[in-house]
Amino acid sequence: MTMAEPIVAAPERRAASDVAAPIVEVRGVHKIYNGDVVALKDINLSFEEGRLTSLLGPSGCGKTTLLKIIAGLLEPTAGEVMVKGRKITGPGPERAFVFQDFALMPWATVLRNAAFGLELRGVPAKERNETARHYVEEVGLKGFEEKYPHELSGGMRQRVGLARALAVNADVLLMDEPFSAVDEQTRRKFQEDLIRLREVENKTFLFVTHSIEEAVYVSDRIILLSPRPGRVNNVIDLDIRRGDDPEAIRRDPNYLDTVEEIWRGIKQYLD
Amino acid sequence: MTIYGYRIPMMASLIVWCILWEIVGRLDLLLLFPPFSDVLVALGDVVNSRSFASAVSITLYSYAWGLGLAIVFGVALGFLMGTVPVADRLLNMWVNVFLSAPLSALVPVIMILFGMGAPTVIVTVFMFAVWIIALDTRAGVLHVPASLLEMARSFGASRWTTTWKIVLWAAMPEILAGIRLGVIRGVKGVVIGQLLVSIIGVGALFTTYSNNFLMEHFWALTLILFAFALTVGQLIALLEARIDYYAGARS
Repeated sequence: MTMAEPIVAAPERRAASDVAAPIVEVRGVHKIYNGDVVALKDINLSFEEGRLTSLLGPSGCGKTTLLKIIAGLLEPTAGEVMVKGRKITGPGPERAFVFQDFALMPWATVLRNAAFGLELRGVPAKERNETARHYVEEVGLKGFEEKYPHELSGGMRQRVGLARALAVNADVLLMDEPFSAVDEQTRRKFQEDLIRLREVENKTFLFVTHSIEEAVYVSDRIILLSPRPGRVNNVIDLDIRRGDDPEAIRRDPNYLDTVEEIWRGIKQYLD
Repeated sequence: MTIYGYRIPMMASLIVWCILWEIVGRLDLLLLFPPFSDVLVALGDVVNSRSFASAVSITLYSYAWGLGLAIVFGVALGFLMGTVPVADRLLNMWVNVFLSAPLSALVPVIMILFGMGAPTVIVTVFMFAVWIIALDTRAGVLHVPASLLEMARSFGASRWTTTWKIVLWAAMPEILAGIRLGVIRGVKGVVIGQLLVSIIGVGALFTTYSNNFLMEHFWALTLILFAFALTVGQLIALLEARIDYYAGARS
């Protein structure tokens, strides 16, 4: 773990020391709502290929806004986002989004929901169902292909959302508080599965969460945002060994210290 | 409904009313109310008469056309109002005015425009059914969850694709509710239209029966129309229940 920088570190300096090539770059992004509500102020970040980066902060810090700007779902008021070296103008096939409320079509089966990203890209039915079937299995929903979303638990629904995002084979997975709408036990299982998933899928993950434990548990790097106006407060690189036993991490003193340290940094923004 | 632990089917209340009708009819208080049993006998007469067969065919023909046009136009109008804010501001007031206006008063005008035949009845059915379908469709389109729209956009869906693959299906429960109400209002439209035109279809029959004081026949025909409206409404409700089942997990 490296937390050498003071709490008001300049994020640009961080970016210079990066080893891996950045796949997503955020340059001078501002977002102002309704003319005067500053949601994001001068965000400069880069995300390296193959890493899992969390955007962490209390509510109102603009972390979801930032993720949606990177997704191309929202337009920044100023600044730009580069993905694989190209400036984005909207959503693109190299990015896939996992929604907080799952965003599943209630009238479609698990399989069709999982294949929907491919369906929208014009992939023939046979091919897309085959791909979707593979990912439905990979997220642990084998046997549920023909069920409808309302027949599944919240956790299972989000697995469908995850399968849909994986099926389009995007380079970057954007996850907007994906586990916040499921119960605590399911959430833990999900976090463990996410770590395992990363070993199989060579993808870059951007992960929005308001849970410090979750961020520390799953991330390679945490970007701490502070609220009103949302700006980068600190960038923390984590070095927690993720071995065979997922439970061991939660007892790792390194893990516990990091959680504690971030909590102390964040506490001042709460009222 | 249960009485003393016995489950009584909902239709049981109908039997109570029928008995009450029979009693009132037998008291001979009013010329207008023949006993229910006489009406049932007349029912056979009405159904077997040749004029009934032709009345049914012309009525169904006008009803089907008027309702079909109302569904196509109403759903399209509702989509327009739900997706284009300018169109909504322009049209919303008028649609609401037409929804609550006494449309029967307009039928004579329609008659002048479309003549004394089936076209007038078709237009009347259309006018009775279309507005509620448009307003319900609009409500459905406006209530499509924002995250579903974002989801489609994030996977690169065009506006048209989103409309066909997401909005139409997500709004389906409201659209069907609108159609069910439209179906029932359409029956009103077909009867009122034909009564005012009064030379075709069941309207002509109604006129004949009441002018000749054939009250048994008059009520028998009324029963048939009620049964028809209820049956079609129930069929749509069944379809609705199915769709609601799929849409039950709307978040």
